[in-house]
Amino acid sequence: MTDFRMPSLGADMDEGTLVEWLKHPGDLLRRGDIIAVVETQKGAIEIEVFHDGVLEQTHAALGATLPVGSLLATIRMPGEVPAEQVSAVPEPILQPAAAVPPQPLPSQAKVSIDVLGQFRITPVARIIAARSGIDPGHILPGSDGIIGLREIAQLPQQPPKHRIGIDLDEMRKAIAAAMARSKREIPHYYVGSALDVTVMSDWLSSENAKRPVPERILSAVPIIKACALALRKVPEFNGHFTDGRFLPGQTIKMGIGIALRGGGLIAPAIDMMEMLPLDDIMRRLTDLVARVRGGRLRSSELSEATVTISNLGDDSADMVLPIIYPPQVAIIGVGQIAVRPWVVDGRLEPRKIATFTLAGDHRVNDGRLALRFLKAVEQYLKKPEAL
Amino acid sequence: MTPQALAELVKRTLYDVAPDLEGEAIDPDIRFNEQFEFDSMDFLNFIAGLHHATALELPERDYQRLTTLASAVDYLTEKLTEQGKVRQ
Repeated sequence: MTDFRMPSLGADMDEGTLVEWLKHPGDLLRRGDIIAVVETQKGAIEIEVFHDGVLEQTHAALGATLPVGSLLATIRMPGEVPAEQVSAVPEPILQPAAAVPPQPLPSQAKVSIDVLGQFRITPVARIIAARSGIDPGHILPGSDGIIGLREIAQLPQQPPKHRIGIDLDEMRKAIAAAMARSKREIPHYYVGSALDVTVMSDWLSSENAKRPVPERILSAVPIIKACALALRKVPEFNGHFTDGRFLPGQTIKMGIGIALRGGGLIAPAIDMMEMLPLDDIMRRLTDLVARVRGGRLRSSELSEATVTISNLGDDSADMVLPIIYPPQVAIIGVGQIAVRPWVVDGRLEPRKIATFTLAGDHRVNDGRLALRFLKAVEQYLKKPEAL
Repeated sequence: MTPQALAELVKRTLYDVAPDLEGEAIDPDIRFNEQFEFDSMDFLNFIAGLHHATALELPERDYQRLTTLASAVDYLTEKLTEQGKVRQ
C-alpha cells in the first residue's frame, strides 16, 4: 500500500480544502490520473497520482481543510492484495482539521449574465464583488441596467467579508509570504542585456505568415525555448536551494508567470521545456493560460518548478527585475520586443530589441554565469529555425 | 452582413475568448489590452475566433487594426466588402 498525501503546491502553500473526489475506492488508477480537486490559495487544483494501482480507501471528507502532508487516500500497488484480506484492523480515518462547506469553483462559474433582481451582473463583476465581499445587491447598475467592471470600479473600497473561488486576498497573502521570504533569505543579484531579436522576430513572422491563425506561434514561445536551451548550458541556475545546498534540477521544469485579470498571478510549470518543439510549447502554453484563467490547474504544474520566467509580453515595458521564487535559485525576466535605433556594423538601423535579465541567488552562483546565460540566449535566438 | 452585425460578431468573439467579461460594455475606441488586461495569448485567441467566424486570413501585419472594437469593425467591413459579403 502507498499513502497518498496532500501535496505541497509551492513554498507558499500549507493547506488545502478537499472539494471533490474524482476517483472512488476500487477505481483503477494510472499514473497522471486526476484523483481529486483541492481548493487552495491558487484556486482549484487538480491533484494527480504518481503510481499505477487501485484506490483502496479515501481518508478525507469533502470540505475538510487539511495541512500539506495529510493522508488523503491509500493506493494498492499492482500485485498487492486488498487490505481487508491482509488485516482486519481498519485504517485510521483522519479527522478534518476544520470542516468548511465546499466552495463553488471558478471553473464552474456561469458564463452567462446573472439576473440579480431587476438588474443583471457580468461574470467578472460578480467574481470581483464576491472576492471583495461586496453584496452585488447593493451595487447600482449602469445606464444599460448591467453591473460591470465600471460599476465595480466606482465602489468605495470595502473590507472583505466572504470569499469564493480564487481568493484575491488569499493569493496576495501567498505572494507576499513567498516574496518576503525571498527578499529576506536570498541575496539577489541582477544582470541584464538588451538583445537584438530581429532575426527571431522576422523568422517567426514569415513562419506565421504561412500558417492559419490557429497554428500561429507567439514570440514568447521561441524566447522561452531559447532560455531553456541556454539553461542547459548553465545548469547552475536550474534547481533548488534546500537545506543549505544547491540541488540541480534533472530537467528544466520552467515556471511561467501568468497574470490574472483583476490582479494576482500564478506561475505553473512545464517540464522538460528544453526538449519540446515550438508547436508543443505553444499548445501547452495555450492550454495552461486557459486553465489558469478558468482557475483549474494540475498539481504537477504547481509543484516546484526548477526555474521561472517572467515574460512581460507585447506592448508592456522594456525591463523587469523579477524576484526569485524560493527554493529556486534564478528567475529570468523578458521585456517587450520594441523597434529601437541600433548600431549594426557601424551603421544606425531600426532593430527589434528585447531586454533579458537574470536574477540569481548569490549563495549558489555568480554574475559571471549570468553573462554566459545571456550570451547563450542571444546565440539561440540568432538561429530560430533550430529551436 | 451589416456593420452592426459585425460589431455584434466582434463583441461575441471577445466574450467567447474571455467568458468572464460576458456582458461588459466595450468602449469602441479603447484598446482591448488597456480595457480588459488582454495579454498576447488573449489577443491571439481573439484573432483565432474572428478567423473562425469570418474565414478571413487575418495576417499578422493587420493585427494592429484589430486592437479596438471600432477599428476591428472597420477592418472586417473592408475585407468582407472586398469579398462582396457586406451590405453598406
